[in-house]
Amino acid sequence: MSGDLDPHGDVTVDRVALAEELAGEAAGAGHAASADVAAYALGLGDDSLVLAQRLGDWITRAPELEEDVALGNIALDLLGHARSLLHYAGTHDGRSEDDLAYFRDEPDFRNAWLFEQPNGDFAHTIARQLVASTYLVELYRHLEASTDATLAAIAAKASKEVDYHRDHAIQWTLRLAGGTDESRRRMVRAVEQTWPYVEELFRDDAVVVRLADEGVVPLPSSLRDAFDSVIDQVFAEADLARPEGRTAFVVDGRGREGRHTEHLGPLLAEMQVLARAHPGASW
Amino acid sequence: MTAPAELSVASIDEHRDDEAQARFDDLIAKDSRIEPRDWMPDAYRKTLIRQISQHAHSEIIGMQPESNWISRAPSLKRKAILMAKVQDEAGHGLYLYSAAQTLGIGREEMMQQLIEGRARYSSIFNYTTPTWADMGAIGWLVDGAAICNQVPLCRASYGPYGRAMVRICKEESFHQRQGFEILLELMQGTDEQKRMAQDAVDRWYWPSLMMFGPPDDESPNSAQSMAWNIKRFSNDELRQRFVGMLVPQAEVLGVTLPDPNLTWNEERQAYDMSEIDWDEFHEVLAGRGPANAERLRRRREAHEDGAWVREAAAEYARKQAAKAATAA
Repeated sequence: MSGDLDPHGDVTVDRVALAEELAGEAAGAGHAASADVAAYALGLGDDSLVLAQRLGDWITRAPELEEDVALGNIALDLLGHARSLLHYAGTHDGRSEDDLAYFRDEPDFRNAWLFEQPNGDFAHTIARQLVASTYLVELYRHLEASTDATLAAIAAKASKEVDYHRDHAIQWTLRLAGGTDESRRRMVRAVEQTWPYVEELFRDDAVVVRLADEGVVPLPSSLRDAFDSVIDQVFAEADLARPEGRTAFVVDGRGREGRHTEHLGPLLAEMQVLARAHPGASW
Repeated sequence: MTAPAELSVASIDEHRDDEAQARFDDLIAKDSRIEPRDWMPDAYRKTLIRQISQHAHSEIIGMQPESNWISRAPSLKRKAILMAKVQDEAGHGLYLYSAAQTLGIGREEMMQQLIEGRARYSSIFNYTTPTWADMGAIGWLVDGAAICNQVPLCRASYGPYGRAMVRICKEESFHQRQGFEILLELMQGTDEQKRMAQDAVDRWYWPSLMMFGPPDDESPNSAQSMAWNIKRFSNDELRQRFVGMLVPQAEVLGVTLPDPNLTWNEERQAYDMSEIDWDEFHEVLAGRGPANAERLRRRREAHEDGAWVREAAAEYARKQAAKAATAA
């Protein structure tokens, strides 16, 4: 860059922010993930990636500028988690985070269905955030104690961030449920339509059972009580009912097996379009 | 009885105003800061409200052309950087609205002026972003021009504005480097990527030069703003400075600046350049640019779609306050 014509004057570049954004690149630099750990990291990474992609759509469309910032911040945190996890998953077979994000087809994505559901109105986004962040808080809290050092390190960083995400979701759940008649009606409906996707988050599969035996990951089913207890407290304060047994519809989420709702395909098509138009290019 | 009393009150006010004006003039002469509680002439206050709110609106509307590529950014690293950048812009809008609020205008009022098309924002954001390379060109050229305009504003006489600008400029200079880096990566890439980069530079170069405003002899508000230490350099001076910065950077990038007449004039110690197409500038300013209607529509829709959420938050806060009052 030009020397004496430098218009920046005495303003210095804030490198801290970039270092923070790129923290994902350092994670998983140590050892290659085993097949089971890679499969697990892929599922968790896809959850975060798909949710980050959804939340990014709120930027410039949020109900107030503070929410453009807050939802953008949450999306950015989740994208950071996704990058760390996908990077680590890729160490198993030599694929990069971008190979995994941009060059896998829909059946190879392993996110749970909750995360791919559309943003809906603000109440739907908040209901999805409440479920997602409450689940992730419990998960990362346990994963911090993982016998796998890389997963433990990723979880330690993510844990603090999802704690803030949960706080954000709880505050808005209370405001919308306790605000106007309209906001309450929308919040109740959003909770009813989100709840069918809760079950899948706590289902144990063969991979997690093996990993849990070795102390690498918590069993998803073991997180359910803590999840319910937080939700019950929030709902008690918000005067909302947990819609178990009378949900708006029934779903049998099979995202971890690569089966998805109709919503994931268009999301991936949009996310991947440019990268796929220039295979092998560097950006 | 009433008439003389009124007269004397008026004359006391006038006397006070004279003293206050003298204090204000003295602060400006000493290049000191004016703070929100200081007396200031109405015209100074109005000029600042206009300028700061336009600046805030520009940050908010300026999020749109870039948010267009968040969902399609070609790598996760670029997605993260772009998301952080657009989020910074929302943050800049918030600081600037706050600075304007210290002058006695509400954010809701400023937002209404914006969505009703009664307020201006930087015309540059009425251009569209059809390719990924536009993310590079916006960072390099648009943020670059913004920095040239904004660094002197860090010393603007109105305290809250100057302080907001210090923080904003730090982030803007970071954004400009990111834009440069996007273009550099493209120019080192495939032929198709190189074409994409050059095409974006071709489209954004002239609009970025227009960001400095009309030539000095046609800029009606400039003289007063310079006298008040709000503006420090003329439009043409800043434009020259910007081009001087671009030329060596374009060489590093390997892109061509789309002006065949761009040459260094040793005698004038300045760049000679082709005439800017001011008709285009005035067309876009008048609302007939490529995306004026779309930008306002998006902002209006977000504001209107979010009304029920803002009402819910206000109502919830009111109920909580009432509950707290009852408890106490």
